[in-house]
Amino acid sequence: MNITAYVVLSAILFTIGCVGVLTRRNAIVVFMCVELMLNASNLALVAFAKQHGNLDGQVAAFFVMVVAAAEVVVGLAIIMTIFRTRRSASVDDASLLKY
Amino acid sequence: MDFTKPTIEYADLWPMLVVYGVACLGVLVEAFLPRERRFGVQSLLAGAGLVAALVGTILVGRDLDVLGDGAARGTIDVEGTIAIDGPALFLWGIILVFAIGGVLLFAERRLEGGVSSFAGQAAALPGTEAERQASTRGLEHTEVYPLLMFAVGGMMLFPAANDLLTMFVALEVLSLPLYLLCGLARRRRLLSQEAAMKYFMLGAFSSGFFIYGIALVYGFAGSMQFADINEAVRNDLGNDALLLIGLGMMSVGLLFKVGAAPFHQWTPDVYQGAPTAVTAFMAAGTKIAAFGALLRLFYVAFGSDRWTWQPMLWVIAILTMVVGAVLAVVQTDMKRMLAYSSVAHTGFLLTGVLGVQQATELSDGEITSLQAVLFYLTTYGFAMIGAFAVVTLVRDSGGEATTFARWQGLGRRSPLVAGLFAFFLLSMAGIPLTAGFVGKWAVFTVALSAGAWPVVIAAILCSIVAVFFYVRVIVLMFFVDGDPAPGGELAVVTRPSVLTSATIVVGVAATLVLGVVPGPVLDLAGHAGQFLR
Repeated sequence: MNITAYVVLSAILFTIGCVGVLTRRNAIVVFMCVELMLNASNLALVAFAKQHGNLDGQVAAFFVMVVAAAEVVVGLAIIMTIFRTRRSASVDDASLLKY
Repeated sequence: MDFTKPTIEYADLWPMLVVYGVACLGVLVEAFLPRERRFGVQSLLAGAGLVAALVGTILVGRDLDVLGDGAARGTIDVEGTIAIDGPALFLWGIILVFAIGGVLLFAERRLEGGVSSFAGQAAALPGTEAERQASTRGLEHTEVYPLLMFAVGGMMLFPAANDLLTMFVALEVLSLPLYLLCGLARRRRLLSQEAAMKYFMLGAFSSGFFIYGIALVYGFAGSMQFADINEAVRNDLGNDALLLIGLGMMSVGLLFKVGAAPFHQWTPDVYQGAPTAVTAFMAAGTKIAAFGALLRLFYVAFGSDRWTWQPMLWVIAILTMVVGAVLAVVQTDMKRMLAYSSVAHTGFLLTGVLGVQQATELSDGEITSLQAVLFYLTTYGFAMIGAFAVVTLVRDSGGEATTFARWQGLGRRSPLVAGLFAFFLLSMAGIPLTAGFVGKWAVFTVALSAGAWPVVIAAILCSIVAVFFYVRVIVLMFFVDGDPAPGGELAVVTRPSVLTSATIVVGVAATLVLGVVPGPVLDLAGHAGQFLR
């Protein structure tokens, strides 16, 4: 089976996530874009697992999902705190620390 | 399909399992014990757990299997995913020592008048009635101890990981508790929360790169294990484009964690915003763990591909040193200045990474790259944790006073504390008779012996710039009259409890001893041998 299409799709998803992190201003959306990057990695891992005919990549995809879930817990907690303090979830507003 | 039960070598792994066990126990304590007893139980539990793990590390280290005439020692455990070898145990040892220092700083209650330096109630909004109530009731978060233990567990697993997936999981276990700890300061909470958000956002972004790099390297090699990847690289089995892009993306993740330019942007913000006790622990621990992982990945998995990654590290090492040293010169905040200086130290450490890897390629009396970097990490950790511990003592009415203007003439008001701080700065600057000098000498000689002289010249020039900004702080403390600007006030030294004092004294003693008689620790790092392959 040729996996090129899957790897290309994962690269496109990864790039969309990456560009999103760099351009979007809402912390929640930025965070969703990070999740998109992780999911793109999952797709690549599973595709390569199929190519190599072993299970390592598929197992890794499960671990990545668990890590992503843990990251959501920590990330949303931090974004919530910031939002409650500042009434804004924009990453541009958090600018007390600079230079 | 048959599944075979994996063998797990508990006899080698127990120091790390103790740390995780104590962390889980800490969560239970938080759930079941009444509030007033939690502080004592949690801090004792964390301290005892770390001491037990340290003893365990020494015991495990004493009877490692010796392989190949002492060139390496240890075993690869848990179905090839964790390498318990000399360098890993050396790193465990210093991570645990600095983690004990971290617990001592976390448990300091005298400086804030009977409460810890963490937020009384993180959920109460800054400046509200709820926050005032939390602080008058003397509430404090004792969850910080389990969080610290989980971070320590991740730090121990990170340099021991011998497989890409384990390395990724360790990276996250290390990072997630630290993101939370950064946001829990009692004072200047807006800064602290902002630091947590910046650290989290950028950390998650960089770990996205790391995992995609893992996927590509897996696509290249068809295996997650470092030995198999090395084999695939040597025999040039797969698609080189996958290997190169994957290697680059994994480097982004690791270089972010060590704080190398151009991925250092988070360092000053997070070091400044986080509670100083957390900064002290994080500055030492994260860098040690991440350098351990970086060395293992580059030496073991990509060792045959050295000519691909070395030029990249040359450029990054030079860039990191220049950025760290130059930007530290223009800082006016003590924690921020120390953060930029830690970026410069990352550059010096990367210089060491560029040295000769194999002991067999060296003549007698020369040291390997790994040995030099391990020694530098030790000296760096003691100086950083000590310096940040001193920063917690220097206070004015608004808590810690970190701007330079407040530090004017501190040496006249409190000569002892200012003298200790000056000593740590001199060690970071690399003045002879301090540990920093020996560390710098070690990393520069290994880089020279591998022919990386342009990097060494850049490193020496940056060290000179670094001396300038360290000495400027010393001049500020000792030779400038304390003359506050109108409306300002001068910082004074608050008397700490024995916990912070002990951390500072151990830091000073270690810095002095490692500077005067570096032999034993250098030998120990040499005795650790090479990474197991």
